Amino acid sequence: MYAFVDQFLSGLKNTLLVFALSCAFGTLLGLLIAVLRNSTRKSVSSCMRAYTGIIRGVPELLIILLTYFGGTALLSAIAGGYIEINAFAAGVAALTVVFSGYAAEIFRGAINAVAPGQREAAAALGLSNAQIWFLIIIPQMIPIALPAFCNLCISLIKDTSLISVVGLTDVMRVAYIGAGSLRAPLPFYLAASAIYLALTSLSLLSFRLLERRYSLPAMKG
Amino acid sequence: MSMTIALEAFLTLPRGLLLTLVLTFASLAAGFAVSVPLAFLRASSNPWASAPVLAYTYAFRGTPLLVQLFLIYYGIGQLPLVRQSFLWAVMREPFWCAFIAFTLNSAAHTTEVVRGGIQAVPRGQIEAAKALGLSRFHTARLIVFPLTLRIALPAYANEVVGMLKASSLASTITLLEVTGLARQLVSETFAPYEVFIAAGAFYLLLTLLITQGFQMLETRWTPTANRPPPAQPVPRRANGKPPLASAET
Repeated sequence: MYAFVDQFLSGLKNTLLVFALSCAFGTLLGLLIAVLRNSTRKSVSSCMRAYTGIIRGVPELLIILLTYFGGTALLSAIAGGYIEINAFAAGVAALTVVFSGYAAEIFRGAINAVAPGQREAAAALGLSNAQIWFLIIIPQMIPIALPAFCNLCISLIKDTSLISVVGLTDVMRVAYIGAGSLRAPLPFYLAASAIYLALTSLSLLSFRLLERRYSLPAMKG
Repeated sequence: MSMTIALEAFLTLPRGLLLTLVLTFASLAAGFAVSVPLAFLRASSNPWASAPVLAYTYAFRGTPLLVQLFLIYYGIGQLPLVRQSFLWAVMREPFWCAFIAFTLNSAAHTTEVVRGGIQAVPRGQIEAAKALGLSRFHTARLIVFPLTLRIALPAYANEVVGMLKASSLASTITLLEVTGLARQLVSETFAPYEVFIAAGAFYLLLTLLITQGFQMLETRWTPTANRPPPAQPVPRRANGKPPLASAET
């Protein structure tokens, strides 16, 4: 069991890397979708609505499997021979898509909660569209969106374990391999549980601090 | 894209639909039954009652369901205590392992949902029940619980959809529900797009049905006084006053 400490550490590195990358890309993509969803063009906004609806209505595991096996099929078709897609890349892509779908809904709610007078005042002051978004609306939606966004991040940490199904050596995969090779599943899966619990607890704690830092003065009580 | 494979997927996958639905709703029902008493304990002001429940919900909400599933399927079955007892007949079946893991996970989530509902019940309602001489049990059963159900309904709808999607993890322990059948079909046909998209369509349909159902329930359970009034032409009086103004006299 102690021989697996190194492997657990490298698994932890992969888990954290997948989490950080898909959280960052997913936030950007989600923000873009939320902004486009507010578009006055009916076709654009309904496309974005369909996107979030589909992503949130389909199991995460299915999206990961589709990205991994679909990506492999696509690469093989392009290259003309069998090429397997990197589990890491497929996992980050799949979780980015999942995260963006949920984040877009949170951001949309937060954008709608920013008082419309703010946008009108900014427009009256002659700010450009980009300036209105980056200087007026986005800074004001951060405290509104933060609590739900933090919950989403914690779900994302747990969802990273699903990538082990397509073979990424994250914490879950290391536990699976160790449990199989030493025929001792209980300690290995308990160790994996402890690692995930530590990660989610740590992020819960840090998000609480972040929320306190960014909360609206009126909400501080 | 091959139409024949897509058609085959649409004909094969419904065979897994029953297992998906049974796993989802059996775990939800069992989880709900467990979570209601736990939520009352969790909402109580006595730390000896609420702390153990908090530890349970915290542990099960803080770890991935996949780990819990493997822990129960591979881990518990290894214990000699389980292997030699009557439990082995249950624990060697992947279906029961998935059911137990999903139930424990769903109960943890539902406990927190119901707890939120219990704590949102207005204090005045409980005080009124006390003033009417209801016992604590009767207050909980007749006043707090029905109000809690209404308050917690939207959050519980999310939990139901989440459980439906989580049931796809059963495919990792050899169960052939929709995702399991899809994976099997992909390994036979090497056509991931057709099959996985077909499987996604089935899940999407189920999600839509669930959200629509809960929305209908929500409108039904909203007290009539809080409902937005139906669009009706305002009846005009002869003197032209709106009807509300004359109601004061």
